[in-house]
Parts: sequence; C-alpha cells; structure tokens
Amino acid sequence: MGAGIELANVCCDFGKFRAVDHVNVKIRPGEFFSFLGPSGCGKTTILRMISGFIEPTEGVVRIDGQDMKGQRPNQRPTALIFQNLALFPLMPVWENISFGLEVRGVDKVKRRARAEELLALVDLHGAADKMVSQLSGGQKQRVAIARALAVEPSVMLLDEPLSALDLKLRQHMRAELRAIQKRTGVTFIYITHDQGEALAMSDRVGVMSQGKLQQVAAPRDIYNKPANGFVASFVGENNILSGKVKNASGGKADFVTPIGVFEARLVGDKNDQGLKLYVRPEHTLLSPKAKAKNSVPVTIGDVSFEGSFIVVSATSGKGTRLTAELRNDGSATVPAPGTLMHLSFDAANAAILPDTSVTGA
Amino acid sequence: MQDLLRRYGIALTWLCIGLTFFWLVILVVLPNFTMLESSFRPYIAQSEIGGPLDFYSLGNYMKIFGNEVDFSFFGYDFKMPVRVKVFYLTIVYSALVTVITFVMSYPLAYYLAKIVSPKSLPTLFLLLFVPLWVSEILRSFAWWIILALKGPLNVILLWLGIIDTEIRWISGFSPVVVGLVYTYVLFMVFPLYNSMQSLDSNQIEAAEDLGSPWWRTHWRVILPHAKPGIASGAVMVFMLSAGSLLVPSLLGSTTSGWFTQTIQGIMMDGQDWNTGAAFAFMLLLVCTIFVSLMMRVFGVKLSDIAK
Repeated sequence: MGAGIELANVCCDFGKFRAVDHVNVKIRPGEFFSFLGPSGCGKTTILRMISGFIEPTEGVVRIDGQDMKGQRPNQRPTALIFQNLALFPLMPVWENISFGLEVRGVDKVKRRARAEELLALVDLHGAADKMVSQLSGGQKQRVAIARALAVEPSVMLLDEPLSALDLKLRQHMRAELRAIQKRTGVTFIYITHDQGEALAMSDRVGVMSQGKLQQVAAPRDIYNKPANGFVASFVGENNILSGKVKNASGGKADFVTPIGVFEARLVGDKNDQGLKLYVRPEHTLLSPKAKAKNSVPVTIGDVSFEGSFIVVSATSGKGTRLTAELRNDGSATVPAPGTLMHLSFDAANAAILPDTSVTGA
Repeated sequence: MQDLLRRYGIALTWLCIGLTFFWLVILVVLPNFTMLESSFRPYIAQSEIGGPLDFYSLGNYMKIFGNEVDFSFFGYDFKMPVRVKVFYLTIVYSALVTVITFVMSYPLAYYLAKIVSPKSLPTLFLLLFVPLWVSEILRSFAWWIILALKGPLNVILLWLGIIDTEIRWISGFSPVVVGLVYTYVLFMVFPLYNSMQSLDSNQIEAAEDLGSPWWRTHWRVILPHAKPGIASGAVMVFMLSAGSLLVPSLLGSTTSGWFTQTIQGIMMDGQDWNTGAAFAFMLLLVCTIFVSLMMRVFGVKLSDIAK
C-alpha cells in the first residue's frame, strides 16, 4: 500500500546554485502526483532527495511520517524508475525483475515465480528468459516497472520514463501506468516536462520553476485556474497582455492595456508586481461584429489548420499579436487572411495574474 | 580497395599497402618464422650447416626434460626435470602477479571511473603515469634498494617496532612478484578503467535503489560489465610477466628461476640459439593455451577483449 510523503521546507544547493528552494508539499498515500516543469527547474533533484541519492541541504523529507535523514536509497521504501530505465543488460528479464528479491535473499524458485507474476501484471507474458536488448522500447518500460514493483515499494518514483518512446506508445503507456497505479495502490511520483502527460495521468500536479513550487492543484485547476503567470504560460497557450489594474472589486478588475480595457478575474492582489492579463486562445471568439465587452478589432493573419482545431493568428490595430483557436466542428467558418474581425472573450475566462510565484507555496 | 584507390590515388594506396605488408610480414611473420624454423634444427658448427647432421627434429624441444630435481606439490614429493619446474613456477607466479594486480587495480579503476570528480581526473592520471617516465631498469633497481637487508623497508619496520630483526626480503619469488606487480599494474588499471567507465552510473544507482548492498552491486552489476576489461588486462599482465627478463634478473635470487632466464642462458651464455628458440616457442605456446583456458573458464570471448 502507498505511503504519504511530506516535503517540509526542503532546499537543495549545488555549490552556490540553489536547485530546490523551500519546497513544501504533502503527497497523499496512493496518490498519483506529478512534478511538472521545464528542464533545470529542480524536479529531478526533488525525486533524488525522496529516493535518497541526495540529502536536502535544508528541510525534512518524510515518508509515511518518518524523517528519512541519513537513510540510504537501499533503506528507503521507494523504487525509482530512471529516465533511461537502467535495466541490467547482462541479466535476462526475469533476473532483472527479481534482482530486488535476490538482494533480500529470496530463493530462486520463488524469485522466478514472482517475476512471472509481475510480468503478467505488466502484460508481458513469455519474456522472462529474453535478454533486455531483445525487447522493444515499450517492453523495456514494462520490465522497468515490474522490477520496481518487485520490491513492493510504498512509493514509486518515475523520472520521465516515457520520454524516449514514440508518441503512440507514450499515450498507450500513460493509460497503462495509470492502471498499474490504481491496481497496486502505490503512491506514484512522476517527473515530467510534458504537460499533456502530467495533466492526463495525475491526481494532482505540482508545477515548478527555478527550484520553487509554483502551484499544487488538480490538473483541471492547474489549467483553468493557474496561480500565476508562469503556470499560465507553461501549461497550455496564452495570449498575454501587459497593463494596469483599475477598479478592482469582488475578485474582478478592469485591466487597462494598450489595445483597450478588459474585464477579467483578478488573482492575488491588485498591488502585486508585474500583473498581466492571460487569455487562452480556445477561450476567444472571432466575430464580424464587435461585442459589447472585452472586444478588440483585429486583422486576420496566418490561419493554420491543425485537424481538430484551427489556429488563427491576428494582429490588433497597435500591432499586438493575438491567437485564437477555433474548434473544428465540421461547420466552422475559417476566416480569410486579411479580413477585419473582432476578437472577444468572456471575463470569467480571462485572468489577471502576478508575474511569478508570489503565493510562495 | 576500389574505394581506397579513388580516395587516395595510386601512390598513397600502394604506400598504405606496402607499409602494412612491411609491418606484418617483415616485422612480425618473418622473424617468428625464422625462429620457428631454426628451433627444429640442431645446434651444429657453421661448416656442418646443410650437411648430413642438419635435419629437422624435435630434439631441441626435448631438452626441457632431464636433470630431475625434487619437487613438492601440496605435500606430495616427486621428481621433476629442473627446466619443467622453472617453467611451471614461471606460469604459476605470473598468474599470481595477475591476480594481485587485479585485486589492486579494481578499487582504483572503480574510484577513477565512477567516484572521482572529472575535474581532478587528469591530475590523478598524471600521477599514475609519472613512474612510467623512469625506465623499467631503474624502477626495478629502486625496489631492489627498498627491499635490501639494510634498506628503507626494514629500517621503517624496525623503527615502527613491527619486526625485531631485519627480514631478508630478496629471497625466493616474493621480490620478483613485487617488481612485476609494480611494473605491470597500469596494464590492468587502464583496461579496467575503460570498461568501468562505459558502465551507465544509473545501473549502479538502480541496484542500490532496489536494496542492494555495495558488494552485491559490484558482484552482479559492475564486475560482469567490467569482465572484458579484466580479461584484456589479465592477458596483458600475464603475458608480460611470463615474458619479463629484466625484473626476475634484477630482483630474483638463486632460488627464483624464471623461464626467460633459462632461455637467456641458453641463447647468450650457451650460444645455442636453436634450443633457445625452441624454448621461447614453448613459452609462447603454453602461455597462449593457458590464457585461452582461463578465458574459457571465465566465459570471455576474444571479441570481447578486442572491444
């Protein structure tokens, strides 16, 4: 069964560089939790601190309520799946899987039986005696998962394990990982820079930037209610407008920009530094006539047909570029480049956000 | 060939082929063949060469037998031809040298390949190489001084109170083993370092993460990966030790005959090049057989070593 994990005020320094900066988060037992962020944001360092390869410079890592200070990786109830999987190429598949049991002194017959069981769990029948080099990318993935599960960890740590796979397989493995997690009840901590992966699989996502945890929330809240500008622009696309807040009241405010005044939700305080307006392209509307509110006249530029949706880039009178995304419902009219249209959006779908983390997590 | 011609033109192509031919045939095949041929011919006066006494036989090879001496093997005493005994002990002590160099090199190579920071690596390599700038003779002679009865080693041990009287280190095979280990240890360190360096560090971490103690990680993950390196290091150290003349001559004593010394005696002192050639070939042959046998035992293929 899964264990809960708590990172309390955790920092990690490499020389003068602070890779992880006062991270506080409680991961619930049996949760699928993702750390999402660009490369170099400190997410892998967090993973290595939980698994025990790095000790935090400050703060405490607790697994199941126990302080893990001084515990080596081989003493922690965690199992790490490496980015390159790190399977043992000189052992056949079943020995790879049962290596953790061999270490624990389980006899060969039991080890073999357990390896077969785990191979069945990850849907890889009959591969026990193959060598790792004979397997495909997806099969290696499954072996790595089985090897980690063999030691019955209460926490599984996954370091971008899908990044080496092709798109189709990646999408398939997402569902597979999720299913294995549900079946086993083990806490999964997943590291990725791929927002699609994080949003699709996780119970909760922690978005990181420059060593700081920017926001921890359920995937839909990360996407729909980003806490700050970094989260909004890292997860999904956004039209970003600079300006100033005017008339803030009741969570809403008017935002004065060079191309007009727009009403939007105000997240945080109106005195926060670097407030900007964020509107997602799919929340915008293009119409021939101006709307009463939150509307701006634009000239249509590039139109790119993506299949299920159409991306329209447009320029407002002052030269500000805006992007609109139209759903292709079969009857959508694609505006011709050069035409004059009005781009508008709902106040509820636009947010005024502080530049970076002020929430401090 | 066509590709070579098109790329380099006729002159350069022939130069390449010619140099390869010169190296392979003139410098390797021909001298060895001459020696092999002369090893089957008798040692006779110049004037009789080509005469009725000059015929091929295995006579030179048979000279390894004869002159039986006492030999004890795990408590069993029996008679053995003196040259066979020397031959046998040369193989045994060369194998011992190989094992000792491996035991010394493994931790060092692991340290260099996986633990030390890349920044200090050049300095450490330089420190390893510095002794090589001094010639082998001087290095062996240095050990002769260190191990001498009134030498530094005895002085230090006496001063530390570890021993009460000086120990005569230069007797038997131990100084030869010490000298050979010192001379050839780097031939083990570098192949080992190379093979360990190519091991993905994640595999070591993965083993630890799965609960493996350090020794099992070495036994199951690092050692198997390093096997080709161990094999090529072992072959080099063994062959060089068995073929070394300088170290056993300088550090040896009356009780430590090395087979190369036997060959040298026959060739230089006895002027019998034919028998010397025969013995040299025997050494080469037996060493090759021994090495292939060991490779079979440890499951190493020749192609692994070539990597």
